[in-house]
Amino acid sequence: MANSLILSYLPRGSVVHKLTGTTKLIVFLLFSVATMVTYDTRVLVVFLVMSLAIFKISRVHYRDVKLILWMAFVFLLLNNLFVYLFKPEYGVEIYQSRTLLVQLIGPYTITAQQLFYHLNMTLKVVVVIPLALVFILCTDPSEFAASLASIGVSYRIGYAVALALRYIPDVQRDYHNINQAQQARGVDISGKDKLMDRLKGSANILLPLILGSLNRIEVISNAMELRGFGKNKRRTWYAKRPFATRDRVVLILGAVIAIGSLIFTFWDGSRYYNPFI
Amino acid sequence: MAQPIIEFKNFGFQYDAQAEPTLYNIDLAIQPGERVLIAGPSGSGKSTIASCINGLIPFSYPGRCTGSLTVDGVDAPNASIFELSKHVGTVLQDPDGQFIGLTVGEDIAFALENQCVAQPEMKQTVERVARLVDVENLLEQEPHALSGGQKQRVSLAGVMVDDVKVLLFDEPLANLDPAAGKQTIELIDQVQQKTGATVIIIEHRLEDVLWRSVDRIVLMGEGRILADTTPEALLAGNQLAENGIREPLYITALKYAGVSLEAEKKPAHVDTLRLTEQDKAAVRTWYQQTVARPQAPAAAPLLEVKDLCFGYSEGVTNLRDVSFTLNEGDMVSIVGRNGAGKSTLAKLICGFETPRSGSVWLNGRNLEGDTIKERAAHIGYVMQNPNQMISQSLIFDEVALGLRTAKLPEDEVERRVNEALTICGLYPFRKWPVSALSFGQKKRVTIASVLVMQPKVLILDEPTAGQDFRHYTEIMEFLRSLNQKGYTVIMVTHDMHLMLEYTSRALVFNQSRMIGDLTPAELLCDSTLVEQAALKETSLFTLAQKCGIQPPEAFVQHFIDYDREVRDKWQTV
Amino acid sequence: MKKMSVKTVVAIGIGAALFFVLGKISIPTPVPNTYVSLQYAIQAVFAGLFGPIAGLVIGLIGHALVDFTAYGPWWSWIIASGVFGLLTGLFLGKLDLESGEFGKKQIILFNVSQLIAHVICWGLVAPVLDIVIYNEPLEKLFAQGLTAGIVNAITTGVVGTILLVAYAKTRTKKGSLNKE
Ligand SMILES: Nc1ncnc2c1ncn2[C@@H]1O[C@H](COP(=O)(O)OP(=O)(O)OP(=O)(O)O)[C@@H](O)[C@H]1O
Ligand SMILES: Nc1ncnc2c1ncn2[C@@H]1O[C@H](COP(=O)(O)OP(=O)(O)OP(=O)(O)O)[C@@H](O)[C@H]1O
Ligand SMILES: [Mg+2]
Ligand SMILES: [Mg+2]
Repeated sequence: MANSLILSYLPRGSVVHKLTGTTKLIVFLLFSVATMVTYDTRVLVVFLVMSLAIFKISRVHYRDVKLILWMAFVFLLLNNLFVYLFKPEYGVEIYQSRTLLVQLIGPYTITAQQLFYHLNMTLKVVVVIPLALVFILCTDPSEFAASLASIGVSYRIGYAVALALRYIPDVQRDYHNINQAQQARGVDISGKDKLMDRLKGSANILLPLILGSLNRIEVISNAMELRGFGKNKRRTWYAKRPFATRDRVVLILGAVIAIGSLIFTFWDGSRYYNPFI
Repeated sequence: MAQPIIEFKNFGFQYDAQAEPTLYNIDLAIQPGERVLIAGPSGSGKSTIASCINGLIPFSYPGRCTGSLTVDGVDAPNASIFELSKHVGTVLQDPDGQFIGLTVGEDIAFALENQCVAQPEMKQTVERVARLVDVENLLEQEPHALSGGQKQRVSLAGVMVDDVKVLLFDEPLANLDPAAGKQTIELIDQVQQKTGATVIIIEHRLEDVLWRSVDRIVLMGEGRILADTTPEALLAGNQLAENGIREPLYITALKYAGVSLEAEKKPAHVDTLRLTEQDKAAVRTWYQQTVARPQAPAAAPLLEVKDLCFGYSEGVTNLRDVSFTLNEGDMVSIVGRNGAGKSTLAKLICGFETPRSGSVWLNGRNLEGDTIKERAAHIGYVMQNPNQMISQSLIFDEVALGLRTAKLPEDEVERRVNEALTICGLYPFRKWPVSALSFGQKKRVTIASVLVMQPKVLILDEPTAGQDFRHYTEIMEFLRSLNQKGYTVIMVTHDMHLMLEYTSRALVFNQSRMIGDLTPAELLCDSTLVEQAALKETSLFTLAQKCGIQPPEAFVQHFIDYDREVRDKWQTV
Repeated sequence: MKKMSVKTVVAIGIGAALFFVLGKISIPTPVPNTYVSLQYAIQAVFAGLFGPIAGLVIGLIGHALVDFTAYGPWWSWIIASGVFGLLTGLFLGKLDLESGEFGKKQIILFNVSQLIAHVICWGLVAPVLDIVIYNEPLEKLFAQGLTAGIVNAITTGVVGTILLVAYAKTRTKKGSLNKE
């Protein structure tokens, strides 16, 4: 099935692996927020360089993520195309100047401002991709659930995440089996039937999946209750790793860079860097 | 006498959803360190008793208790589930539901995490307990990388971290291959001896549990305790058979031979069984009797599998060079270790997966290129889990689904569905929602929904898992009657009794290869094959040796034929 | 806030797993490049059964997992998915699914609720967040939101209704059953 598209933890023992899940999560969120806020090209370029450097250090290889990167590329291409189709001179609006490069048909022009806007928009997405990949490939899922709790998320939610990760393979296998059983009886949702028929066909697959899941929810919650889940306000985590000096260093560094980047961005009172005026 | 650790006094229970009580007047006292087996037909209230002991009742399942129940000094119906969990450790039937951690280590530590035990201490305890159940090398493993038996061990470790005084097992053997089942029972026994805990096992695979000794058997029926006595006393009498519990095979054989079974003969275990010379002679005489052996007529080949190879992902091979031929009207079983590739083979035959190489032929025609749907017209596959097949709410609609998607006229659909429902004994229920049926009935619904398509070949994955003896017999007799009507039946099973009694041929699988194709009697007397395929020698084999009967295969075969005759007579009466 | 029950915790975990698995499977529609998203039908059903908070968290965790295992999080849509569960759960709060009643009135209530929830999420929440975060042009975002909203609403409507009707039928009281 879509197995090849689903990334999972690669234990490779790099420095990034050795950081605790909490550190990685906080740093990732800091970067994520900073890139969301800023539209400053200089900041984004610096971030991109750092992001690629982290990717390099983490011992994740291009071949591990080739497919995903291609998908991301196609997605970005389409997104840029749509933006251009809807607003070919959006950049002119934002940067308040117009440098016409090529005149195409009708409203479709190519301006330096539009190109610059596309560059920034794309950078904002591209910067996060290597980090997200590193995060997902270098964080032990068990430890991840534990780290959620340590950044203040309720342990119940933390455990819900752990359960989701634990039961994804089971749900996947169920789906696969149910789908095949339905095909054996002539129901097909990937074929050439009409949309309505296909929707009804998929309900045939989802019903057993839901009923099975409800049953599973009952069994699991009984098992968890029998072993004392929810008894205390707190819980400890087997898979949690102790905070080391390197975690503190990375956290402080991350915070300084993120805050620094925001101060730098808003120095002139705008989230944009405008080279045109 | 010491103070009992569990004491029911005139105890009764009624689920809020039920009109009638589920348990009546239960009086039962269990002493510390005792090993108790609770047996009884499906729906007799065994799991309900377990839920009262561990606190799921009334915590998760609301209802009304009468009388009193004390568990290790705690007034159970009025205590919290957390309080009881310090005294009682429960291992549930479904290992996938019980295994909630992402890795083995985490799962074992789960209860400790909830008690806020500090990490270093937690790691120590986990290691100690893991060593006790022999999974210390698997602590980093994820659940899907474990075999059924290993998962069962992890579940046990997960409740043992608490030093509980009572260990409660609800059907620990379901879904395990025979060898893993045997190991689980041995493990429970070892743990009991090391920790001195009180052990309560609920199980209807009596012969398997009795592989290690238990002190007492409590026999349940319709919410009441019918018997509460030693295994010896119970096996000597007829109460088990009368209440739809399967006796161990050697006991049945001895009873056929007319040997009386007093408690002094220690009938609870085939190895401890003490037979007099007279008894042995009686068995030998019985063996000499001739019974009509039904001769299978020579039939034409129907399904051919040639050099099949397959793997779910690159670099993995889950099935290697499998070849065999089945004839029309065969009834065959496929057996072997958990994860050997049995279900995978069934999926390949039905076109659910595409082989890497090799081919499947039906009636001399290569099925390559036929879709799942096209194959389903000739080969019906009843999957292991009925819940994965049922997609409609009403029984009639469920069985009609395949015909309706094939756009048959509605009156034709109705005729064929009613016919299939009648064969499966479900006609009176045709307007019921599927959810109102028991597991066994659901299984029959899925069989009916496959039968309406009138396939020549029927493949059933674990047709009798989790069924009590009465339903087991119902399903199997029904399949046999289908077979006599000309259907070819293939069964994937872990049940050695089923294989012995109902099939004439066994295909044996181990580690993605087919390692044997022989009669069940021969198979169970071949100790190399038995070990390789994680099966279990039959107790009949031991009995034959005890009585000096050679060759044991012939004795086993005699038993099957005789048993068949007895049952057929029974059926016609 | 009331403490979340263990059952809700498990429902969130399993719901998010379902959301993830269905989110990774795309069933093509006749319109090129648009896919039927079955995950919202399941999310709506779970929100109805386990409440708005469960609906919210299933959407957040499920969608975040889908994105993280692809090419990074698109936060605005993750939040919108969560809000969809929250709103549907709030609207459906009065619906008693356990009683086995799911007639015309309930079908209408369900469909109106999910429609409103989809409109708010994809027509308002997602585009507004996109503007704030990514500053993409308004027109593109609303066109995108509208398409996603319509496709999702149709899927959730058709599939969700079938599922709930079927689910309600499974809830029939045992006493009402007679052999004939
Ligand atoms: N949660 C529940 N709510 C209402 N009735 C229930 C519930 N669980 C069980 N029952 C009813 O109680 C009776 C006894 O069920 P129980 O599960 O104890 O049987 P059992 O002996 O364990 O059977 P099996 O061998 O099939 O597991 C059944 O008739 C069943 O319908
Ligand atoms: N959908 C799947 N994807 C990947 N691997 C699978 C899949 N289904 C089964 N396997 C693997 O293939 C091997 C054979 O599995 P299979 O289900 O055929 O075993 P089995 O003999 O039926 O075992 P059991 O007795 O436990 O049912 C196992 O190692 C299993 O983990
Ligand atoms: Mg039971
Ligand atoms: Mg199998």
